[in-house]
Amino acid sequence: MYYPPTTGDGGTTGSRMAKYIMRRLVGLIPTLLLLLFLVVVLIDLIPGDIVDLMLAERTGSNDETARAALEEQLGLTQPLPIRYVEYTSRALRGDLGASLWTQRPVTELIAGRAWASIEIGLLSILLGSVSGVMIGAVSAVRQDGWLDYVLRSVSILGISVPTFAIATAVVVLPAIWWGTAPSLRYVGFSEAPWAHIKIIMLPAVVLAIGLSATVMRLTRTTMLEVLRQDYIRTAHAKGVAEQSVVFRHALKNAMIPVVTVLGLQVAFLIGGSVIVESVFAIPGVGRLLLSAISNRDYPIVQGVVLVIGVFVMVTNLLVDVSYAWLDPRIRYS
Amino acid sequence: MVTEPLSTGGVAPVAFREPGPIARSWDAVFSFTRRKPLGAFGGAIVVLLVAVAIGAPVFAPYAPLENNQAVALKGPSLASIDGTFPHLAGTDQFGRDVFSRVVYGAQTSLYIGVLVTVVSTIPALALGVASAFFGGWVDYFLQRFVDTVQAVPYLILLIAIMVVLGPSFINVVFALSFRRAVTESRVLRGSTLGLMNQTYIEAARATGATNGRIMLRHLVPNLVPLLIVLSSTAFAGVILSEASLSFLGYGVPPPRPSWGGMLAADGRAFMYAAPWMLIAPTLALAIVVFGVNMFGDALRDVLDPRLRGAR
Repeated sequence: MYYPPTTGDGGTTGSRMAKYIMRRLVGLIPTLLLLLFLVVVLIDLIPGDIVDLMLAERTGSNDETARAALEEQLGLTQPLPIRYVEYTSRALRGDLGASLWTQRPVTELIAGRAWASIEIGLLSILLGSVSGVMIGAVSAVRQDGWLDYVLRSVSILGISVPTFAIATAVVVLPAIWWGTAPSLRYVGFSEAPWAHIKIIMLPAVVLAIGLSATVMRLTRTTMLEVLRQDYIRTAHAKGVAEQSVVFRHALKNAMIPVVTVLGLQVAFLIGGSVIVESVFAIPGVGRLLLSAISNRDYPIVQGVVLVIGVFVMVTNLLVDVSYAWLDPRIRYS
Repeated sequence: MVTEPLSTGGVAPVAFREPGPIARSWDAVFSFTRRKPLGAFGGAIVVLLVAVAIGAPVFAPYAPLENNQAVALKGPSLASIDGTFPHLAGTDQFGRDVFSRVVYGAQTSLYIGVLVTVVSTIPALALGVASAFFGGWVDYFLQRFVDTVQAVPYLILLIAIMVVLGPSFINVVFALSFRRAVTESRVLRGSTLGLMNQTYIEAARATGATNGRIMLRHLVPNLVPLLIVLSSTAFAGVILSEASLSFLGYGVPPPRPSWGGMLAADGRAFMYAAPWMLIAPTLALAIVVFGVNMFGDALRDVLDPRLRGAR
């Protein structure tokens, strides 16, 4: 007789999983509300009267009508709780306000810039994780051999040299050695697909270096742990080929913590993309944020921080849920 | 533990003596070096960083802010100009000596690293221990706060804090400490939850110890080893964060030399004409972060017995 896998409260694994996802989604609500609060309160926290500052920068004058209009646009005429409720309800309807300078909607600005950032992000995750896992596995299998030492030293170097230094070096060194620098003029995919890919590739590789090194170190550690397990010894004992032991038995099980770290690295990569976008002049969300900060275009700053925050939260949720597929042993509680 | 030599009851003591504290710490250094050669190499880099930072006025041939337009944008050389000390790593657009600025930049990195590590410890402990100890709603809300802060990518959060606070050395320390305290409180909360199940906590409660006493006398001391491990592994991250922040122009404000700041807009404006302005700070940063990482890793392996098998 077949007993479906049950849980303490009698539900099947599937319904338990659905419950878990539901609970996590509900759990996102307070975090989201708190993030919205931080985003709204950001304007109040900036020292000095930001309306004065902005007026001075914009017109150099301080006339009353311009002042009132600006306060109105920033919503500063209302007390904080009301602004919070208003911003939240507008945000939930997909309205994040408009740029103070160009009057274009913030959502439109972010959507226009998102593609380049997403492309670079995905490409660097792909490059970083694949190379990291491969190198880590090799390093673990050859533990304490010369190859292991070389690979580990290189990976620590990869973590130690900051993204901005690698990015700057990639631009400067070819200029010094060969007198040419990589082109820093961004072109869209629709204009010139090949040139676009070449432009995107460089920042993606630079971002991938740090990720690859992190993934490599983790893969190596978990692989070493897994390789000591009894079932690996069993596989060896029953004469399974070395390659099959490493790839089918060990690596598969070593992947679980690696997926966690990949999820956590998403937030890290977004931070790094601010830097590579700034060095390689890529019109992505990161540069939108930096230019909005220096232009004091606060609705854009608020919108970008909010969108990125939500993106990270959803990614973390997806990572947690994906464990079930990777490791049926994991119980959601 | 008895550390004084035991009385031999009138009999002259034998030649054998317990090694003193200095000899013992040398032994520890030697055994660490034998077990973790790369870690010891990293440790040497850390010692060098501390020496250079503290002795900056001795090591730097020029003052870090000394302008001299006559020698602006000169390349690195061993040759002296008009009998002055050679500019080993070249000069920048104001004729400031790049080598001296890198030496003083070590000060900035070290001070920020140490200050952030120390300052963040107390809020991290308070947040983590209180959250685990009180549980329930307190834990729920504190953890949602941690979730929220962690949802904002670290660099963007740091920039946002710096925009709010305005540029200054202390504000950089504050921003980095805030982020680190929040991240670390999660780890400390996890460990505290583990400690709470220990019998001695139950025993303390049974003897009528107050909440405050249990937290301060029983939980916190047991978290100290973990704190040391966390600090040693996070130190490099703090130095890197400061450099990244200064690179984007939201870190330590100029003219104070910071390695990240030297690579920022100013340095990049001259990157084709005077690439040496970028080379020395990049090398310094890479070597120090490499050393601190290696040292921290080795220290963690030695201090945290749970990870020892993973070597």
